[in-house]
Amino acid sequence: MALQSLDIAQRSATTTAMPQVRKTVEVAKLIDVSACIGCKACQAACMEWNDLRPEVGRNVGIYDNPQDLDDKTWTLMRFTEVEQENGLEWLIRKDGCMHCEDPGCLKACPAPGAIVQYSNGIVDFHQENCIGCGYCVTGCPFDVPRISKTDNKAYKCTLCSDRVAVGQAPACAKVCPTGAITFGAKEDMIHHAETRIADLKERGYSNAGLYDPKGVGGTHVMYVLHHADKPTLYAGLPKNPSISATVALWKGVAKPLALFALGAAAVGSLLHYVMKGPNQVSKEIEDEVEKEDAQ
Amino acid sequence: MIRDPRDLQRYTASERANHWMVGICFILLALSGLAFFHPALYPLAELFGGGAWARILHPWIGVIMAVLFVVMFIRFAGNNTMGAADWDWLSKIDRMVDGDDHDMPAQGKYNGGQKLLFWLLSISMVLLTVSGVIMWRSQFDFSTGLIRLAVVVHAASAAFMIGLILMHVYAAIWTRGTVRAMLYGTVTRAWAKQHHREWYRQMTGKN
Repeated sequence: MALQSLDIAQRSATTTAMPQVRKTVEVAKLIDVSACIGCKACQAACMEWNDLRPEVGRNVGIYDNPQDLDDKTWTLMRFTEVEQENGLEWLIRKDGCMHCEDPGCLKACPAPGAIVQYSNGIVDFHQENCIGCGYCVTGCPFDVPRISKTDNKAYKCTLCSDRVAVGQAPACAKVCPTGAITFGAKEDMIHHAETRIADLKERGYSNAGLYDPKGVGGTHVMYVLHHADKPTLYAGLPKNPSISATVALWKGVAKPLALFALGAAAVGSLLHYVMKGPNQVSKEIEDEVEKEDAQ
Repeated sequence: MIRDPRDLQRYTASERANHWMVGICFILLALSGLAFFHPALYPLAELFGGGAWARILHPWIGVIMAVLFVVMFIRFAGNNTMGAADWDWLSKIDRMVDGDDHDMPAQGKYNGGQKLLFWLLSISMVLLTVSGVIMWRSQFDFSTGLIRLAVVVHAASAAFMIGLILMHVYAAIWTRGTVRAMLYGTVTRAWAKQHHREWYRQMTGKN
């Protein structure tokens, strides 16, 4: 169900080349954490555009609501209170799919076409091909995909691929009242981030920087962080995310090699049979037994 | 139907039924599991009604196999303890494979290769069952770190076990007169005398 205006760059469980004649601009969403006021308009807009109605939660004494991402909550404001030298800081991070250039979910997925990456960089789940195994959750370095309890399909932020396909910004970027969320070509977003980082540095945040982790090939959702040296402050944003070594081993060369070895064992058995012949009871022993019977 | 009343009983009817139930489970699990093992084999999922059905059925078939395997293990473990004669047999396996079994040491009900296979299959079953339960997301909720380990263990031990079963099946076909032991329960005395001399002595009292 590829969107006709979006070319596929990678497709889960597919070993042949994807169409790559056309080149499209790589997009990115930039989330400037320092400009976020925690209003949750992005969460509301995400529900509105994507027709999602998560269960109304309960107040457990923190601002995070719901408490975690789920199949119907594709983006979530995570609030962290941090004691710094100059007093208390209230860090707010809009969590959701990072749209990795090298997506661990797509790598882990065994169902052809259940996860695709468009040539603009967006990683999208196609639920009609999803089999509900949860391997995407296992593969994700950011703990983002969620399996629905009702239909056993995996869900996460689509970066509003349907909107982007027709030249619109994602709903969250469209609605953000402070301009903390911007959307455009990745190159432009990096330039925009640089001006923001320069501004933050002038204001005393000497460690301000861009979060575009190289361990996953860069991401198509990037953050401007005032403490880019300590991303884990922001509700556990991983410092050097990468696809887990066990997932890489599981989905790497080991499997084709194992298949080759099993195929070789089967062919080898056949060759052994035709070259060495069957292991039959010898005529000698058969005669011995017959002789005993005759007695 | 008894072909020759003097044939030797190798497996009882219930042992045979147990073995083949485990065998059918193995085949279904291998086919559905291989569908997720590599994209080239994903079409195997169609045998089960598509990917989602293969995902739903695979673990339940696994539970059935695990239970039946435990029953089979209890039945056969006693005859599968490894002794000096078994290691001696294994050390000469290259000659056996070459088609010359004249110098092979006399074997009891099972030879060293069969016994080793029994234990390797048992270890594989334990690894597959434990890792399979950890991966079973629709029933359990284990940590991602543990699941990452489990998926590697599951895939590796599954490939290993499929290799063992290929060997098991080939050995049964290669050694003529063997498959009937698991199908009808009996083997000829000549078969027993040639391949399991010690067992032949026990069963017949002859040398």
